[in-house]
This record gives sequence, structure tokens and C-alpha cells, in this order.
Amino acid sequence: MQLRNKDILGIKDLDRDEIELILDTAESLKWVSNRDIKKVPTLRGKTIINLFFEASTRTRTSFEIAGKRMSADVINISASSSSAVKGETLIDTAKNLQAMSPDIIVVRHGSSGAPQIISGAVKASVINAGDGCHEHPSQSLLDLLTIRQVKGQIEGLRIAIIGDIKHSRVARSNIYALTKMGAQVVVAGFPTLLPPEIEKMGASIRKTLDEAIIDADVIMMLRIQKERMTGPYFPTEREYSMLFGLNAKRLKSAKSDVTIMHPGPVNRGVEISPEVADGPYSVILEQVANGVAIRMALLYLLSGRKHEESRKEARDENNN
Amino acid sequence: MTSIKRKILDADGVNRAITRISHEILEANKGIENLALVGIRTGGVDLARYLSKKIEEIEGSSIPIGIIDITLYRDDLSIATHHPIVGSTEIDFSIDDKNLVLVDDVLYTGRTVRAAMDALIDFGRPKAIMLAVLIDRGHRELPIKADFVGKNVPTSKNDVIKARLEGDLGVDIFISKDD
Repeated sequence: MQLRNKDILGIKDLDRDEIELILDTAESLKWVSNRDIKKVPTLRGKTIINLFFEASTRTRTSFEIAGKRMSADVINISASSSSAVKGETLIDTAKNLQAMSPDIIVVRHGSSGAPQIISGAVKASVINAGDGCHEHPSQSLLDLLTIRQVKGQIEGLRIAIIGDIKHSRVARSNIYALTKMGAQVVVAGFPTLLPPEIEKMGASIRKTLDEAIIDADVIMMLRIQKERMTGPYFPTEREYSMLFGLNAKRLKSAKSDVTIMHPGPVNRGVEISPEVADGPYSVILEQVANGVAIRMALLYLLSGRKHEESRKEARDENNN
Repeated sequence: MTSIKRKILDADGVNRAITRISHEILEANKGIENLALVGIRTGGVDLARYLSKKIEEIEGSSIPIGIIDITLYRDDLSIATHHPIVGSTEIDFSIDDKNLVLVDDVLYTGRTVRAAMDALIDFGRPKAIMLAVLIDRGHRELPIKADFVGKNVPTSKNDVIKARLEGDLGVDIFISKDD
């Protein structure tokens, strides 16, 4: 059993067996992070480039730690320090990086589809670490791993995703992933932040927060992505919080064994109150810990593939 | 290519080997103080459980037992067609200053044992690492020797040895007869 494609561009491209392979591998890699010597020699001699055109703390650090724990060499490039500021195109940046023979390029970009463009220009495997409002597959996989650890399984669960669905790549990846794994997904949020096509992806819409959380096994709260908003989507943060913010009082209507998740960064007091974010139902920091294991699994599974054919295809396309 | 099957150990043979190896381990370590077993996934896990059960029968108290998966330490990852599935490693005791007995079903090239020793040393600093195997089939490619051996079996490189350590115990050798 191995991954079918050379890249991880989105959950949409993965089938259920591949998702389970990634989760099982991550589970088997957790012990590396739980001992004094947090390093194994597995990816010695592999080079990983973190190419981040957007701000990130968790994801970039998580990929860097994952690579280093597997003994790969990890190089970080951020937009402010890259030649993009001098006007180099994305494809030129990618081809120049490829000329230095990396094995894996991890890409975050503000535009949906940027990792796909890079993937077509390079022989290295490409991992999408978040592209615009499109997908964020490694975040979704670490969410699945966390749910599986807490609940034992994913199939049959009801997951409520609340907040800025429209601008959330985490929501998109999670709707694909959770429905593939046999869970039911309901979404709720300000009407302006609920794109109509979300129902075609397999999620059902609830009008209010209370309707969405009442029968949910897991509640995922999302941050308002102000940086992606081009106009006014809701009157004020205070009003948003009153309608779609999760606090201890509203949580009383949820199941007694509910699990609260958040992909971070958290805007305390807006979409989630501090006593809920830090409360007994919250697994926000477990999500972060699982992120390292998931990224180790992705790096391990991708770098082990012999994808000569897909590499050849990339070369041929470049030559055409 | 056809192959013929030959039994090299039956259930009684396996049980006698386990009993003898247990006594030898206890004799070499002068009892169970600081002693622990680590089974190499997957073939060594059941054998380590049998040995620990036998040692507990003899000594009256149990010893720590762990499981090690060597996948991340293999020396053929860069040439393998794809990375093998990683199994879990479960060592929930400190190995510092322990006398560890690594356990595997079949000793062959020695590469698995090399990987297991490197993996163990990243967990801490054991006082000593010993090696117990049910079958030593020869053809070593590294300078590695077992301390406790159930049975030495001369083999050809084409032979396949299968140890059954669940249910109907036994060890079979599948000898290829193509030339």
C-alpha cells in the first residue's frame, strides 16, 4: 500500500484507503516525539523546502520539526525573503528551486491553485500547506487523527463546523475528508459566510449555532479570515460573537461528551470564549501535537515513492 | 519454481527451545534483576511473550517487555521501491542500565538486528544488549552473532523459513527446487 500520486495537493484527490494509511503511519510515528532523542535516521539525505508566501506559525514549524525529527534537511523560505518581492514569477521560483534538487516542496500561498502550478513545474513532491480558500490537507488529516484518538472512530460521527466557511480552506478539506470517512458534516455561520456550493460537497446547513451543535459529537470552530475578506460580511465582531461565538453557556446545549476543536490561530472572545478554548472539552493542543505526527507521515510516505513516471511527465511538460 | 516443505521444529520442539533459552537467559543474567525483553516486530513479538511467560513461571515474577519496529532504521529505505508500512514501537519502561534481550524469530543477514540496536540506543543507554532467536539460518552480512539460539539450520538463500508462534506452533522451511 502506498500513495497513488507524487503530491498531496488536496483531500479531494485522496481515497479512503490512502487517508487511513496516512493516519495509521502517523499513529506509528508518535513515539518518536515522546522520547528523549526525538530523531530517527529515516530521511537522511532528503531535502525539504518550506516555501511560505503567507504568514504561518503552526504549520511551518510543524513541517520543519517533522522533517528534522526524520533527519531530513529542511530549508525555510518566506515571501518577504524570497525573490517574489523582486518580481519573480511563481513558476520561475519553482523551477529555480527544482534546479537545487529538493525531494519535497511544502507550499503555502494566498492564491488557490498555486501548489498545483508548482507541482506541474517541478519533479519534487509538492505538499499543499494551505492555498487561498481552497484546501489545507495536512490540517484536515491531523483533525481526523485527533478525532479518531478521542472518539475511537470517525465513521458515524456528526461533526459541526461553525464560522467563516466561505474563506476557510480547513473547512473545505475537512468536509471532503470527513464525508470520505463516513461522518456527517453540518455547517453553520453568518449567511454571507456560507457559500451555496457547500451543500454539493456533502455538508448540510443549519441556520443557528444552537441547531448545529445540539447533536454534534465534535464541534470545530473557525476563525474569521479578515485577511481574505474584500467587503463587509457581518456588522461587527460583537454581533458575530453573539450569534456564532461558542461560550460556556451555549455549550450546555451540546452533548455531554462533545469535543471542541479549532485549527488556530484562535481569536479569543470572538469565535470561541477563553473558558471553552481552555476547557475540558477542548483538544486544541492535541491537534497541534498530532500535526507533527501527520506531517512526519506525509514526508515519509511521499519520499519513499519511486515516481519516475510522474517525474518524467513533469519533465516532458516542461519541455513542451 | 516449485517448493517442498520440511518441518524443522514441531510444537514440542518450539516449547523445548523456549524453555531452554529462558533458562540460559536467566543463567547468563544471574536472575531477573535489571532484565527486560524487547521483541522485534513482527516475528519477534510472540516469541518475546512466550519467553517472558516462561521466565515468569521459573522465577515467580514478571519482567518488562517491549516491542520495537525497525522500519525507520532500515538501511534499504533509499533503494526500496516504496517505503514499507511503519508499525508501532511500544517500550514503556526506561532501558537505561537494563540488560536487554532482543528477540526475533529468525536470524538471517543481521541487518534487522543492526537496525534494532540503533533504534534501542536512541531510547537510552542499556547496560548490555543480548540477542535471542528461535532459528539461526546463517548467511550473515554483518558481524552479528546471537547469544541464545533455539536451533541452527543450514539453509540456501532461496529457502523461506516460516515460524508459527500462534496456535499450532512450529517452524517450517520451504525449500525451492527449481534447479
